[in-house]
Amino acid sequence: MTSTDIFALCATTLVGLGLFGIITNPQPLRKIVAFNVIGNGVFLLFGVVAHRGAAAGLGADPVPQALVITGIVVAFSATALAVALLLRLAKQTHLLTLEADDGSDGDLS
Amino acid sequence: MALGFDISLAFLVVVLAAWTIQVHDTYSAVLAFVVFGLLVALIWVRLASVDVALTEAAIGSGVTGALLLSAAALLRPTESTVAPPGAAWCTAAGVVCAIITAGLGAIALLLPDPAPTLAPLAAANLPQSGLGNPVTGVLFVYRALDTLLEKVVLVLALVGVWSLAVDRLWGGIPALWPATCPDSTLTFLAQLLPSVGLMLGIYLCWTGADHPGGAFQGGALLTAMWLLVMLAGVRAAPATGLLSLRLLLVAGPTLFLVIGLSGFAIAGAFLAYPPGYGKPLIVVAEGALTLSIGVTLGLLAAGPAERAREP
Repeated sequence: MTSTDIFALCATTLVGLGLFGIITNPQPLRKIVAFNVIGNGVFLLFGVVAHRGAAAGLGADPVPQALVITGIVVAFSATALAVALLLRLAKQTHLLTLEADDGSDGDLS
Repeated sequence: MALGFDISLAFLVVVLAAWTIQVHDTYSAVLAFVVFGLLVALIWVRLASVDVALTEAAIGSGVTGALLLSAAALLRPTESTVAPPGAAWCTAAGVVCAIITAGLGAIALLLPDPAPTLAPLAAANLPQSGLGNPVTGVLFVYRALDTLLEKVVLVLALVGVWSLAVDRLWGGIPALWPATCPDSTLTFLAQLLPSVGLMLGIYLCWTGADHPGGAFQGGALLTAMWLLVMLAGVRAAPATGLLSLRLLLVAGPTLFLVIGLSGFAIAGAFLAYPPGYGKPLIVVAEGALTLSIGVTLGLLAAGPAERAREP
């Protein structure tokens, strides 16, 4: 078993853990954190593929690397948007669940 | 020796991820996530992807961490209002996730050998662009369209965040809660560190053409310095309605688009560079993008306007 295989298993475990967090943790902010853990797992799988494709004197295939750099930035902007939505929701309703709204409160000024 | 290090590193990362998911207190979870991100950056170094390691450490761990920490602090009063799911539900979710992990793991271990790779092609065509860093080559030459669209995504995300402001506060000032005690160590650091950080950011952007680094990593460093200055209360957050701020936001993508469109006239294709001018054009575009990325990431972390703009 090589280092690359170890990191591949690490990456897939991260995907599993993150998915578990998204399903079982009721707090929206924790779901966002879990989403980022899944993201890291998927990016690391890309890294494993890139490292396996080392050739021509390069330590890793540059194409998946560039994709991951783009991915990290896009994941951050998605996280920022999700957090902003969440803070607005908390401000509006003073409590934080993703349960169905009973339509009783909320002041949309 | 190296294998032992890699096994311990992977083990630590998995333990931290499990801690991030399972710990009761959200604030602790976010702190664990920041440490987790830094260790993941180490894995990237071990995978010979230093450019990605820099991006992960700066954006994936640093700026995301700052954003999540402030959200966790603001949401703390609401935490106890949510009921956890039952044990049966958790067991079922655990089984499903274990099956998915096992399946993915099997696929990852049974990847084709020899692995398909574009590295020889990327390396062979790199000298024509004048660049020395193949990752920058992919980002700004082979797949420049992706990079351009990604900048647009950043600006769109910021538009999304800003539009969550209450109507009457549109164009107002984001709610960054600056430290309240003046003359603290934080104030001192906020005055001292930016000079070093700005220099490092510019260096990372400049050196990105030939060595690990580039517009994202440099931009994220600028963001970190800016957030530090704003959080220490040395400078207030800018009003989101400022024209100069909005020009800065779109300067990078616009310049990149203009260079791309002029490719039609001087090199025969969109985002093509004329022979011999590739590197100078890329460095100019990267410089403008670094500035725009730095400002955009900072404003994304600062959130929507929460105070009216002073007249």
